[in-house]
Amino acid sequence: MATKKTVPFNGTAEQQEKLMAVIAAHKDDPGALMPVLQQAQEIYGYLPIEVQKIISNEMDIPMEKIYGVVTFYAQFSLYPKGKYNISVCLGTACYVKGSGDIYDKLQEVLGIAGGECTADGKFSLEACRCIGACGLAPVLTVNEDVHGRLTVDDVEKILAQYE
Amino acid sequence: MADINVKVNGIAVSVPKGTTVLEAAHKAGVDIPTFCYMKEINEIGACRICMVEVNEGRGFRLVASCVYPLAFDNTEIRTNSPKVLDSRRKTLELILSTHDRKCLSCVRSGRCELQALCNEMGIEDETNYEGEKQVYEIDNSAAHMYRDNNKCILCRRCVAACSKWQGVGVIGANERGFKTNIGSAFEMGLGETSCVACGQCIAVCPVGALSEKDYVEDVFAAIADQSKHVIVQTAPAVRAALGEEFGYPIGTNVEGKMAAALRRLGFDEVFDTDWGADLTIMEEATEFVDRFQNGGKLPLITSCSPGWVKYCEHYFPEMTDNLSTCKSPHQMLGAVAKTYYAEKLGIKPEDMVVVSIMPCTAKKFEIGRDDENAAGVPDVDYVLTTRELARMIRRAGLKFTALPDEDFDNPLGLSAGAGDIFGATGGVMEAALRTAYCWLTGKNEEVVEFHEVRGVDGIKRASIDVNGTEIKVAVASGLANAKELLKKVESGEEKVDFIEIMGCPGGCVNGGGQPQQPASVRNFEDIRVLRAKALYDEDAAKSLRLSHLNSDVQKLYEEYLEKPGSHRAHEILHTSYVKRSVN
Amino acid sequence: MKSLQEIQEICEVMHPELALRLEGSEHASSKYEKHVLICGGTGCTSSGSPAIEKALHEEIDKCGLHDKVQVVKTGCFGLCALGPIMIVYPEGTFYSRITAENIPQVVQEHLIGGNPVKELLYDETVTDEGIKSLKETSFYKKQHRVALRNCGNINPECIDEYIGRDGYKALAKVVKEMTPEDVIQTVLDSGLRGRGGGGFPTGKKWQLARTIVPDADQKYVCCNADEGDPGAFMDRSVLEGDPHVVLEAMAIAGYAIGATQGYIYVRAEYPIAVQRLQIAIGQAREYGVLGKNIFGSGFDFDIDLRLGAGAFVCGEETALMTSIEGNRGEPRPRPPFPAEKGLYQKPTILNNVETYANIPQIILNGAEWFASMGTEKSKGTKVFALGGKIKNTGLVEVPMGTTLREVIEEIGGGIPNGKKFKAAQTGGPSGGCISAENFDIPIDYDNLISIGSMMGSGGLIVMDEDNCMVDIAKFFLEFTVDESCGKCTPCRIGTKRMYEMLDKITKGNATLEDLDKLEELCYYIKANSLCGLGQTAPNPVLSTLKNFRAEYETHVVDKKCPAGVCKDLLMFSIDPEKCVGCGLCAKNCPVSAISQGDYTAPGKKRAAYIIDTTKCVKCGACMDNCRPHAISKG
Repeated sequence: MATKKTVPFNGTAEQQEKLMAVIAAHKDDPGALMPVLQQAQEIYGYLPIEVQKIISNEMDIPMEKIYGVVTFYAQFSLYPKGKYNISVCLGTACYVKGSGDIYDKLQEVLGIAGGECTADGKFSLEACRCIGACGLAPVLTVNEDVHGRLTVDDVEKILAQYE
Repeated sequence: MADINVKVNGIAVSVPKGTTVLEAAHKAGVDIPTFCYMKEINEIGACRICMVEVNEGRGFRLVASCVYPLAFDNTEIRTNSPKVLDSRRKTLELILSTHDRKCLSCVRSGRCELQALCNEMGIEDETNYEGEKQVYEIDNSAAHMYRDNNKCILCRRCVAACSKWQGVGVIGANERGFKTNIGSAFEMGLGETSCVACGQCIAVCPVGALSEKDYVEDVFAAIADQSKHVIVQTAPAVRAALGEEFGYPIGTNVEGKMAAALRRLGFDEVFDTDWGADLTIMEEATEFVDRFQNGGKLPLITSCSPGWVKYCEHYFPEMTDNLSTCKSPHQMLGAVAKTYYAEKLGIKPEDMVVVSIMPCTAKKFEIGRDDENAAGVPDVDYVLTTRELARMIRRAGLKFTALPDEDFDNPLGLSAGAGDIFGATGGVMEAALRTAYCWLTGKNEEVVEFHEVRGVDGIKRASIDVNGTEIKVAVASGLANAKELLKKVESGEEKVDFIEIMGCPGGCVNGGGQPQQPASVRNFEDIRVLRAKALYDEDAAKSLRLSHLNSDVQKLYEEYLEKPGSHRAHEILHTSYVKRSVN
Repeated sequence: MKSLQEIQEICEVMHPELALRLEGSEHASSKYEKHVLICGGTGCTSSGSPAIEKALHEEIDKCGLHDKVQVVKTGCFGLCALGPIMIVYPEGTFYSRITAENIPQVVQEHLIGGNPVKELLYDETVTDEGIKSLKETSFYKKQHRVALRNCGNINPECIDEYIGRDGYKALAKVVKEMTPEDVIQTVLDSGLRGRGGGGFPTGKKWQLARTIVPDADQKYVCCNADEGDPGAFMDRSVLEGDPHVVLEAMAIAGYAIGATQGYIYVRAEYPIAVQRLQIAIGQAREYGVLGKNIFGSGFDFDIDLRLGAGAFVCGEETALMTSIEGNRGEPRPRPPFPAEKGLYQKPTILNNVETYANIPQIILNGAEWFASMGTEKSKGTKVFALGGKIKNTGLVEVPMGTTLREVIEEIGGGIPNGKKFKAAQTGGPSGGCISAENFDIPIDYDNLISIGSMMGSGGLIVMDEDNCMVDIAKFFLEFTVDESCGKCTPCRIGTKRMYEMLDKITKGNATLEDLDKLEELCYYIKANSLCGLGQTAPNPVLSTLKNFRAEYETHVVDKKCPAGVCKDLLMFSIDPEKCVGCGLCAKNCPVSAISQGDYTAPGKKRAAYIIDTTKCVKCGACMDNCRPHAISKG
């Protein structure tokens, strides 16, 4: 069993102080977990194991219960979004033109899996459905920029543009 | 509440208003299958296998019988109409479409609730709703068990047992929809969490998704190894439940046949953990009297239950000093076997293999703990659960029901009734009190029964007057109850001198390694009560009922350990604890 | 804290001010000559209304008009397709799709010069007879606004404007003059049914919550603002445009059932609504219309917000409560119903936003007034979110019993591009598709159910001949599979298998037996699922199977998608007579499936291109790039 990897945690003392204040403010509220998680995500940008552990300890709620809640709701995230979010189209047209290879290459170069973010917080990677740019297949987007007609060799060049 | 009259498949039955359809049907002698439902702790109506047709005057419709309360007179219930059976089959077929269907190699085959129901319902095509399946890695990270989500049907009985009974909550539902799965936070392996290894999740699992790590083949190999002297010991609760695996009614004591079976399996000697229990009492009662009279750390808390001990280390690390330093009875027996007894026999401890048959999965974790190796080798080599012993007996082709009744071997086989009742909640406390009473009053042979600490209540309290001194005791079983009690003790709200805690609700008779009773039995019978009765009956029938009068235990002290609590006794029979984190 | 008298005084001051925004009102008497209303709803905000508001303020400052012109940021007007929207009162002239650059011109010509800028007005309002007001347009004419009466008319961040529209008058009446039983009886008599989905009588729900547990120490009033149906946004509009109406109604409900605490469970995806609710709650507490001893009556009631976190199932009442309690939003079995054991196992009522929005009007105008609208079993009005293939997408509120034809053709302006109506989808993922043969059926709860759909929260998506019904069913099932909580077997696994079967059909791999198996599975899931989500999930499939079975059969038997939607069943081909041989198609083909052939049509210079259908992945890139439109699919 591999414990889910998360990005190395860079929480600051200031963030933790804020979180503790949020927890304290909800101390007597029986349904506090959701608002606490929502505000924790606002403070940290995501809900890594370290944050969930603080909440678990302070609120005396088993960590598994917290994790179960976090993975139930679509808005909670275990990973931060990077400064640059890379989205690779895995629609049919792109896929047959090798977008799967590009996706694999990105995972390899960045050292992360889809849905995750690099340790320096720079790049996050995800797959998406058809973005309607089949004529440019295979395509990926970096934030708003569209990059098309790619080969595996282009991957590092594109990443270099965002250094 | 007032009674109402309803009809189940045409059979009239009168039940209190608010009774569930399932209970009303049971009263009418009609079985309705269930998967997710577990009375009081998992009334979630999730699996939908128990759907039946109900007509409350506005026509028949399907409801989940396990949670549907009857409210109206003249309600009609159909549990076996074509519509009901068709729904049930479709539910099964859908479940099967996400199941690995590897029945032939499954540990639960023949005892699986899903398999049995598929058979009853006449499922003809297990691939009817074939489609995408989630594929899961098997979790073997814990010392005591496997978790195979490929067989899981998401009934969540394990989740309820872990969080509601045990207050541990290291497993739960993660993700949602089709991706929903049972697991730990951040997909941690169970071994990395603060799982206490109690095995209650296994005991309640209807299928083969949860199972103990099976060492049957290792034990067969040890027996076959001519260079090894293999001794076996059995915990008190095993004899009260093993029979269930061979068709005996719940609560049948099969001690004699069990001893005969073990001998026929080829063990060199067949000992009784009850002997170890008597020894434990000698040490623990001494420890208590010492702490009580000399201002030691109180309350003293028993340490026989390794699930409880691990729980204490994770969740109440600051209370580990309250734990008795006594090893648990089977560890004591193993330690004595590999020191005193091995010397007696003239064999090296490395050449002795100690196998413990336990109602418990946490014992599998316990044998690997530090400071459980009096002779420089582990005190116990293998722990098999009651279920594994049954498997072993079947595998060896023994016809259990036809076996004669035989006795345990000596010298580690003689036991007092006090040792027998270790298997039920309150039993250790009663055994210790019997001895402590004798010692403190000087009435060395007087047997006093302590009924206040018997029974299946989660927390029991008693106050005992010994020669004008009041001793306050408390007994908790099930870790959620233990937590409740300890929070009060910790905060000073409750003052107690001596506490017995058993990890499993009801004690070892309901241990995580005991035969799995299906939901259809568990929801209507209290297996804890039935099995415990077998042990109290055995105790009552014995003439030797006090641990300190066990002549073989006395002999051990005379020949080897000097006296209870001696330096040597501490080296061999006592252990130490660590503080662990919560995950 | 304001006394009842102070609140009445605010009302008296604000009333004539606000009357300026009601065309032709004799009571209008404003400090200002003109009120300029700018929509601050989600739609118009994203199309740029904040910039317009800013520009307007700047321009007014520049021209020294602050004494003459009041700028009001309102909630949604309803005609989202035309946003950003700006309306100038007292004339009611309707500017659509304006930009900040237009503002100086509007200020000069209209606000100063008195002449509306015709070219910026919504074209339908500019006629030969002159400029029509917004309320004379076909979009508004047939509407009857009860729940939406203040939306687009008041500043939702100003409690005084709400009070000026008789706000909190109903609450005062209730706590001062009525017993809880009176309130419940009034709501019962009005015939109001829950606007969120099933249409359970609201008064009955309140009555149960009041009586079923006589000795309850705590009760709760909850508001379901977790609007999640794709294409429905009426609740969001009420929260953004008139948040106080929800607070007032919840307090009334609290008084009726004997609760002192309310919760609004609102989608976190509605940030503007959340913000306005926070402001409104703050103001209501300040004025003492929430809090202790409301209007000196001894009745206490307060409201807290709870944000959803992205789970559609939390619109189901028991799941919503489980979520408020801080758990995975999984539904619980019913009974016990929330009226008996709801939030924290206490008696609880849950109504949705639109239901609450009707309550103050029912209290003030009486049950008979409300019951005079609508059909026999469905009283009052209903808000619909019109979307899809329709000219006027937006929010409309019509009396129950209005026909689909009236809504789509008259209010909605019909289907654009001369296409033919094919179906209307109501009720979101829980509803079904209504075919043209039911175009004239009066819309109410029972009629919709009888034709295999349901009211749901009021999404109304119009589809034309270019929409494939199998694809639509698959779309909704994909949604359900994503949103199923996973607790019960039929929904967790069954909807997934339904989706897979539909996928098989759209790929041309299914048999007629598969259709029967799909239908059987639908009925099984409906009858066996734990909650409303699963119980209604098969509706999009069942209704399309019933109304458009032939289309399913064409997919299965002929392996064709008549609407040309299902990619795997499409065949792209190039008409050699039209092809000019430019090669753009081949250049744009991602899989090099197009090459030049030998045939050159008469009059063409180059040989026509040919598609190798074995390589084609049906992305449509060739068709999009073909200038002479020589490529077709089918």
